Amino acid sequence: MKNALPPLALIAVLLSIWQAACQMLSIPPYLLPAPSQIGAALLAGAAVLAQAAWRTLLMALEALAAASLFASSLALAVSLSRPLGQAIRPLAVALQVTPVVAIAPLVVIWAGVDHPGRAIVVLAAIVAFFPIFSGATRGLNAADPDLERLFDLYGATPPQRLMRLRLPSSVPFLVEGHKVAAGLAIIGAVVAEFVAGSGGAQGLAWRILEAGNRLQTDRMFAAILVLALMATALHFVFQFLETRALKWWRGR
Amino acid sequence: MPAGSRRSNGMAAFRIGLQRKKSTRCLRTVRVPESLASLTGVIVEYPGRGRALGPFDLALAPGEIVALVGPSGCGKSTALRLLAGLESPTHGTVTRTPGRGETAVVFQAPTLAPWLSAGANVALPLELAGVKKQDALARATEALARVGLGSSVEARPAQLSGGMAMRASLARALVTGPKLLLLDEPFAALDEITRRALADDVLALWSATRPAIIFVTHNVEEAVYMAQRVVVMTSGPGRSGGETVVDAPLPRPAGFRTTEQFRMAAEAVSHQLAAAMSTAA
Repeated sequence: MKNALPPLALIAVLLSIWQAACQMLSIPPYLLPAPSQIGAALLAGAAVLAQAAWRTLLMALEALAAASLFASSLALAVSLSRPLGQAIRPLAVALQVTPVVAIAPLVVIWAGVDHPGRAIVVLAAIVAFFPIFSGATRGLNAADPDLERLFDLYGATPPQRLMRLRLPSSVPFLVEGHKVAAGLAIIGAVVAEFVAGSGGAQGLAWRILEAGNRLQTDRMFAAILVLALMATALHFVFQFLETRALKWWRGR
Repeated sequence: MPAGSRRSNGMAAFRIGLQRKKSTRCLRTVRVPESLASLTGVIVEYPGRGRALGPFDLALAPGEIVALVGPSGCGKSTALRLLAGLESPTHGTVTRTPGRGETAVVFQAPTLAPWLSAGANVALPLELAGVKKQDALARATEALARVGLGSSVEARPAQLSGGMAMRASLARALVTGPKLLLLDEPFAALDEITRRALADDVLALWSATRPAIIFVTHNVEEAVYMAQRVVVMTSGPGRSGGETVVDAPLPRPAGFRTTEQFRMAAEAVSHQLAAAMSTAA
């Protein structure tokens, strides 16, 4: 809690300056609303914003689950077959370096213009795929070489080596990959919703777009604030989960 | 050359062969004990890195303790991996009589799986060999008790000190009842007091089941204290640079480190080591 004090103090100072500047320079609210106006918009739209945040969060988590499933199983397959790994890696890299915005219209067409939610989940999953895949691939090859030698020495079978050495060794890498992927899934969901450009998904990005189109800058700020808070909260939740998982893995 | 002389040559060769055969059999029964594992004229070359070892010869009798001493990078660890069957030589022959599960290795680091308790780590070799989990854990608990870790069965490696982790590693090596124990600089990362205590522990454990032990070390005193035979290796690529027999009872009597015999043996090894270093340079 002591750690929370300095950032809170900084925020308070910045907000006061902002509020004072808006009033003294009489900046028009559509250009830069004062923090008090943003607060009022936040209270007025609380229910709508909460629902939109919930939608975005749900889509991001669905995407994360899908990415986790596909990336982990693909990494496992790659670790079992060297040629498969050599074949897949360039494709995975190509998928990762292609901006999600560029493929979004395509996915929207495929997933059906009537179901923007599906397209958003797919796009966010593509973004979340890579950190999990690369973490799992690295983790499955990260076993202590001397432990590998020990498994050689005792004539371990390939399934024994996988279940008792490679999979457990990969846990820290998998956890790290999921933490990074969770943050990216939120970004992916928001970006995809922007690109999908329809109100069908009713997520936070749509609320930002809608308020922007109406020049309701205070509502825009309120939606952005909710998004930032949600992403930060998710980050800390996953950080906490990572710490707990490593504690369990290492026993300390 | 006339046909007759060729035949007589052949006869002579046959006779000599017979005699040789007889004499080797005689030697084997009377003087040379059957070797448990041996390296004969082995050379190890790694592509792009040149020769790492050899030509090198080493034979290990059952129950014998041999120390390999030499400068860094002389191929000591390579020799050990050859004896463990973890690597094959480029040239030469390796013979190994211990079967699977009868060879154990202790590495420089404790090399315990961090996600397993000490007990589960020690039980691992047994479980890999198909022993039931319950039985494996019971035997692991016994093995841990033998190295003085009876109360740390549930502890994770991260909760053990360096010396304790090394003891757990030793217990894991001994749990299968190996005939050949290979120690690759096992105490290098430990402080002097801990390593002396561990040296005595290893000798005490050895006298219980008498596995052959070959261990690699940089420490001349440690080699003389623990081994019946100290083999010095020259560096780059490793060859034999002499051998010193330490003819004193095992486990060592109290105060062995201060005896004249200990000092003489350590001096002999040090001289060989100095010579080995100078041939390298």
